[in-house]
Amino acid sequence: MQIRMLEAGVGLFMLAGIISLTVLALNVSGLTLSSGQETYTLYAAFENIGGLTKRSKVTVAGVTIGRVTDITLDKNRFAGVVEMEIQAEYNEFTTDSTAAILTAGLLGEKYIGIVPGADEEFLKDGEVINDTQSAIVLEELIGRFLFNKANN
Amino acid sequence: MTDESDNIIVIRDLCFKRGEHVIFDHADFDIPRGKVTAIMGPSGCGKTTLLRLIGGQLKPDSGSILFDGQDLFKLSRNDLYELRRTKMGMLFQSGALFTNLSVYENVAFPLREHTNLPEAMIRDIVLIKLQAVGLRGARDLMPNELSGGMNRRAALARTIALDPEMIMYDEPFAGQDPIGMGVLTELISLLNKSLGLTSIVVSHDIHETASIADKIYVIAQGKVAGEGVPERLMEDNSQLVQQFMNGLPDGPIPFHYPAQDYFDDMMGSIES
Amino acid sequence: MIERLRILGRSGLDILAIQGRSAIFVVQSLYGIPSFRKGGRLLMEQLYAVGVLSLPIIVVSGMFIGMVLSLQGYTILVKFGAEQSVGQMLSLSLVRELGPVVTALLFAGRAGSSLTAEIGLMKATEQLTSMEMLGVDPLRYVIAPRLLAGFITMPILMLIFNVVGIWGGYLVAVDWLDIYEGSFWANMQSATSFDEDVMNGIIKSIVFAFVIAWIAVFQGYDAKPTSEGIGVATTKTVVYSSLAVLGLDFVLTAIMFGDF
Repeated sequence: MQIRMLEAGVGLFMLAGIISLTVLALNVSGLTLSSGQETYTLYAAFENIGGLTKRSKVTVAGVTIGRVTDITLDKNRFAGVVEMEIQAEYNEFTTDSTAAILTAGLLGEKYIGIVPGADEEFLKDGEVINDTQSAIVLEELIGRFLFNKANN
Repeated sequence: MTDESDNIIVIRDLCFKRGEHVIFDHADFDIPRGKVTAIMGPSGCGKTTLLRLIGGQLKPDSGSILFDGQDLFKLSRNDLYELRRTKMGMLFQSGALFTNLSVYENVAFPLREHTNLPEAMIRDIVLIKLQAVGLRGARDLMPNELSGGMNRRAALARTIALDPEMIMYDEPFAGQDPIGMGVLTELISLLNKSLGLTSIVVSHDIHETASIADKIYVIAQGKVAGEGVPERLMEDNSQLVQQFMNGLPDGPIPFHYPAQDYFDDMMGSIES
Repeated sequence: MIERLRILGRSGLDILAIQGRSAIFVVQSLYGIPSFRKGGRLLMEQLYAVGVLSLPIIVVSGMFIGMVLSLQGYTILVKFGAEQSVGQMLSLSLVRELGPVVTALLFAGRAGSSLTAEIGLMKATEQLTSMEMLGVDPLRYVIAPRLLAGFITMPILMLIFNVVGIWGGYLVAVDWLDIYEGSFWANMQSATSFDEDVMNGIIKSIVFAFVIAWIAVFQGYDAKPTSEGIGVATTKTVVYSSLAVLGLDFVLTAIMFGDF
């Protein structure tokens, strides 16, 4: 009897642990059960990546379809090369797609937004998006604004 | 000296130091099979240490301890456990019952751990052993509900649960009232005779020990000061043995802890 | 001067000797884990004593820590108009840091100290020695199930702590401070990654569990067999495990999130 109570207590404890792990996975980290699916890699070179980091989101029309996995500097062009991991089911980006670094809200995190083009050919694994729009850097923006004011 | 094969334990040239303090200095012991051997000596002379050495819990600095011809310190860890399980038992001064188990479970513990006997058989053995020490009625009590003497008897029942060939008793009489002492002396000699056990009793209660022992060792200052049957030891002409057997306050074992000269010490405190 | 050097050298050697002894001790005990026969019940008892009995303190502390994080986070974030990110701050600080570390500290205080005291007492009352003389290895019978119970229960306690903490934070943020529930969860989910944040927290917790269980049982086993010795050993368990947890936490954080 005593041993049974003990075992029941330990069983409940273990169960609570498993439930907690599930809650952490699904509710807190937003893990979907279909994760671990296949991905392919795309690159994009930006003049200025301004604050983009690894693990930043890659979106199309606001829907997350992948993540930034690496950021390196191209020494020839002095451009920031961003490596992105895109879910394999979204493999129909045309070669003339554009990638832009956007900001969620005024001070929010940076992410990449991809806008598909109209070309016939699709981007394949390891290819580069050429048409890019750099991050908006606040100082430059203010500088340009002041310059325009002065010109007027 | 008796024939080697009659000795269950042969100890030769035993040296053991604890830090700087020498406890055994080339000491020899022979424990005869099937007899009660008493190890006596003043407090702190290493009686309990000797039991721990025989039990293989301590390693000597040099010398050998043979148990049935096997050198204890050349055995592997597993063989040593095997030997303890099958041949040795030890009764501790405090009893050392497992405090989270009842008396019954304590006695059943070695049986459950080392055998695959069915529960009914374990119950029979436990009750026989408890009956032998007179505690069959106390089987459902917890160790903290027992008196000191009962604790020790319950522990004795646990020790004999697996029928060892040899039992070591560490100070079985210490802190017992006269009745408890009588019960324990009776039990030790009864077990020895009826089960043909070898017993080693460590004690400094001369009369109780002398009444049951077949052989007595008196150890002092790291050496065997005297050995023999109790009657002979009483008449031993070594001063040390006489001091111990008769309880004289001063003698070869000095009353004073070693110190510098009394006069110098007193004067020294003024100068400094 | 030479005398001082000698003392320094000797204490260095002593420390090394203790490290060595404790390493041998833990290896022998781990070696005993797979072989403890009839061990199911022993392990069950320890899982109960170490895990289930630690639950109340873990749940209550988790609740309050989550609540206070939400409240503090809100008062700071609201100055930048970013109070909707309170969920993100809450989950990241709990999952990455506070969950593993606070659970480990509470575990050291609640379970670690009682393990040390229990084993120390068994040693002082000669129960361990008498077990040895009955041919039962105390490393296998007493130590191994306690070590194993420590390894198993602490990560579970940490998970429960995190969930309760997030729930507490949610109550404060959404029900009291009127954060919009949708953005609370959405911000949390977009910022927290399972592979990196949750898993790294679990890894931290496993490392801490190992260290605390090791320190606790070794201190008990190595305690001086007197009531004073047990007291000293219990204190040492709490102090050493807390220091080890905080130090290791820095190292692990640097490795995991340092982005070198």
